[in-house]
Amino acid sequence: MTGAPLLKLEQVSKSFAGNNALTDISLEVVPGEVLCLLGDNGAGKSTLIKVLSGVHKPSSGRMYVEGREVQFDSPKDASDVGIATVHQYGGTFPLMSVARCFFVGKEPTKGVWPVRYFDKKTAGDITVREMQKLGITRVTDGNRLVGSLSGGERQSLAIARAVYFGAKVLILDEPTSALGVKQATHVLRIIMQARAQGIAVVFVTHNVTHAMTVGDQFAVLIHGRKADGFRKGERTREQITDLMAGGEAMAELEAELAELTGPIRVP
Amino acid sequence: MSHTSVPSAAVPAGPTLATGPQPAPSSVGSGFSWRKITHRPETGALAGTVVVFVFFAIFGGRQFLSTGGTASWLNIAAELAIIALPIGLLMIAGEFDLSVGSVVAASSVTTAVISGAWGAPLIVGVLAGLALGALTGFINGLMVTRTNVPSFIVTLAMQFALAGLTLGLARLLTGSTNVPVTPDPFFKTVFGSLIAGQFAVSIVWAIGITLVIAWILQMTRYGNWIFAIGGDSQSARAAGIPVSKVKIGLFMSTSIGAALVGVIQTMLYNSAQTGAGQSFVFNTIIAVVVGGVLLTGGYGSVFGIILGCLTFAIVNQGIYHTGWNSDWASLILGILLLAAVLMNNTFRRLALSANGGKSKKKGA
Repeated sequence: MTGAPLLKLEQVSKSFAGNNALTDISLEVVPGEVLCLLGDNGAGKSTLIKVLSGVHKPSSGRMYVEGREVQFDSPKDASDVGIATVHQYGGTFPLMSVARCFFVGKEPTKGVWPVRYFDKKTAGDITVREMQKLGITRVTDGNRLVGSLSGGERQSLAIARAVYFGAKVLILDEPTSALGVKQATHVLRIIMQARAQGIAVVFVTHNVTHAMTVGDQFAVLIHGRKADGFRKGERTREQITDLMAGGEAMAELEAELAELTGPIRVP
Repeated sequence: MSHTSVPSAAVPAGPTLATGPQPAPSSVGSGFSWRKITHRPETGALAGTVVVFVFFAIFGGRQFLSTGGTASWLNIAAELAIIALPIGLLMIAGEFDLSVGSVVAASSVTTAVISGAWGAPLIVGVLAGLALGALTGFINGLMVTRTNVPSFIVTLAMQFALAGLTLGLARLLTGSTNVPVTPDPFFKTVFGSLIAGQFAVSIVWAIGITLVIAWILQMTRYGNWIFAIGGDSQSARAAGIPVSKVKIGLFMSTSIGAALVGVIQTMLYNSAQTGAGQSFVFNTIIAVVVGGVLLTGGYGSVFGIILGCLTFAIVNQGIYHTGWNSDWASLILGILLLAAVLMNNTFRRLALSANGGKSKKKGA
């Protein structure tokens, strides 16, 4: 452990109309560490993200930010304490310029009312500078439309935005799953960069390779429960994959396949 | 806050893993280029305006190009623009307003009943007409943001309800569907006069409103919020934008625009008709869409909307100068609408595809 937890969940549960989507989840996220949330589709990852980012209120359990108990009534409450969420497609606006998108809701202004105006020059300069810090050198003009960026660049824009506006906890929802290998690598590199700056990163993915590349600690969700929690190096890739796929179900399948085709090895 | 309120960069230039050549940021555009022109969203709208203008200049001849001919379509364009500009903003934010037709009539009748039939000072009638617009917009906005019923339905319901209310009350209060009013010189000049005997004063109103709305959309943070709400209202809300308030404000602005046109028409014709203004419902949408505003929101410009209004008005009036039957105007408008949308899609794709001709290096 490198320090006190920035974000802590104690026995958090969430149910919708009597169905438990999350049951007794306890997590700790530490500054400068990457927590990987692993799980198959429907395992409860999205619900957990929505609880963390203030979209849903937990049905029971407690949440702490920097040791203080918190209750989020809206996504704004979460972002006010420094929790920023970046969604799969970046949560960006394809038909807006990168500068407008970067500063959306937090536009820098100049002048005095009624001639207070959106300082697009400053916005453009800062956006280009922040993106270049993350290695996006292809963007040199703040007026570029977001829609003309690649998927990886959009993710980078959203991450740069969150980091610039002082995020302490960065929640990344499947940031690499829609990307090609090269772009995914770039996003992973940016995650490491955020980590190096002391940000606590929650990296949600079902890609074990990506998770093992950047993760410091791991939590595996199955049917809304935390099936396993471990630190880097404590499990092998096969163990994680097995667990995610539901272990037993996978073993059964292997046995069946073995009967049909002879023994196989799952990589 | 009187000066640049950029939050101080919370991030020290941390260890950069992806180093590489870092060219100086050059966010300032440079000079004229064809690429820039063809990558502007308004290019399609501008082409449309030029084409219809040239078309009617050829077939409408001297009469279309005369001062009177020009005034005829500018007057139409001006009244259209006063409503279409706020409608455009609303559509950029992803909502519709189909109630403007009835608001024109309701505000017009309100002004005429109060200041004509009841003899109250004109200022009372005019303010009441505009206030009625503001109230209608507020109700529209509140219903859309509270109930999540699509604005298409909410404002369509308002369009019918308000039309019925206007007709019923006008007949009940004055026994007629046509309410006369005599504007005094001041109100006649401000709302209903003709400059040089031909150009309606509404052109001045339209120009003023254009400048204000262009400023709001392009230069203020509210403009950015409008684009963001239309682009993705969930993300906009997550970014801390008061989505409901902005939408209610936009619904109020469309209704106030419509109410202003109602007052202008009352002063111009010295009377109010319960059936006035219904054509604005679809004409404004045509003008806005021809002007390049994306029907699903998130994209558009004031310059484009103005071009859309001009195009509409030129077709609408130009037909009279050709000597052809005016029935053909609607056919031309229909074709134009379809062509404009297809063309705008192409130009928008170009704008999105753009590597802008500026990017040279690929990211790490």
